[in-house]
Amino acid sequence: MKGMSLIVKTITNIVIGFIFLYGLYIILHGHLTPGGGFAGGVIIAGVFVLKYLAYGSSKAGEKKSSIISSVFESVGALLFVGIALLGLLLTGVFFLNFIPRGTPLHLLSAGIIPLCNIAIGIKVGAGLFSIFLALAAFKYIMED
Amino acid sequence: MLELYLFLIFMLVAGIIATEIKDLLAAVISLGAVGFSVAIIFILVQAPDLAIVQIVVEVLTIVIFVAVILRTTHIDETIKEKISGIQVLAVVLYGAFAVLFFIAMVRTLNNLPPFGHPIMKVANQYISLGLPRTGGANLVADVILDFRALDTLGEATVLFTSVIGVVALMRKIGRRQK
Repeated sequence: MKGMSLIVKTITNIVIGFIFLYGLYIILHGHLTPGGGFAGGVIIAGVFVLKYLAYGSSKAGEKKSSIISSVFESVGALLFVGIALLGLLLTGVFFLNFIPRGTPLHLLSAGIIPLCNIAIGIKVGAGLFSIFLALAAFKYIMED
Repeated sequence: MLELYLFLIFMLVAGIIATEIKDLLAAVISLGAVGFSVAIIFILVQAPDLAIVQIVVEVLTIVIFVAVILRTTHIDETIKEKISGIQVLAVVLYGAFAVLFFIAMVRTLNNLPPFGHPIMKVANQYISLGLPRTGGANLVADVILDFRALDTLGEATVLFTSVIGVVALMRKIGRRQK
């Protein structure tokens, strides 16, 4: 896939960090403000789609990023199930909120909810980007 | 409520344009108009969580659609000028079914409680116990990640299913040789 013009590449370089930071904010503040793991994960997937469309990529790069994104999706899913199983091991109830609640409206509060948001954010971001890769680079993936 | 109905009519018009127009780029833009109207309706009925998700997903899908269409032809060749007999029959049958469905729907809607005043036993429990039980200020996150976390675990496999769908659609086996 070819890249775009110099203007698009420069603007992408400026903007890309801010979009990534906004996605992290949406994920980490999911238990305080509207948003959460799903919305933030889609924003982070959008960062990678933007970079991919602006700069283009080679066959080797597409293979490598598809492997990395599938690893990250599995890590997110395992984190989510791991938090649930930890509740089962420590207290005997699947998905029980076993961490202390903390004071409401603080960043470190609400027990397992921020951790679940982070896990879902990793999973959704990697999953959506791998859908994009499967659409963009299916020729190379199918040859393996 | 007036602006809500205006947006609904706008969505209907944009949806009809999206299916009927020949230029695929214009069709994708009308599809985007439908999606962003859904996001505005979510804001009007005070659901900011859903509005954020809708806007973000809509932007991403439109970008992917446009990136695909710019690399192919713009014209949809499957829309034909002539109307065959079987299409007329399909439209007549669909119209008859739509009338029947409308009559049944009006009868059912007359028996429902008014909008916004259902019994809400479970929802009241969530609203009153959300903050003290979980400590999270965002009630939506409390419900989907604490009270109903098992549902979210099932929901997380949706993306995996869609990756499988894309790969199954794109695979080489069964493709017609040119």
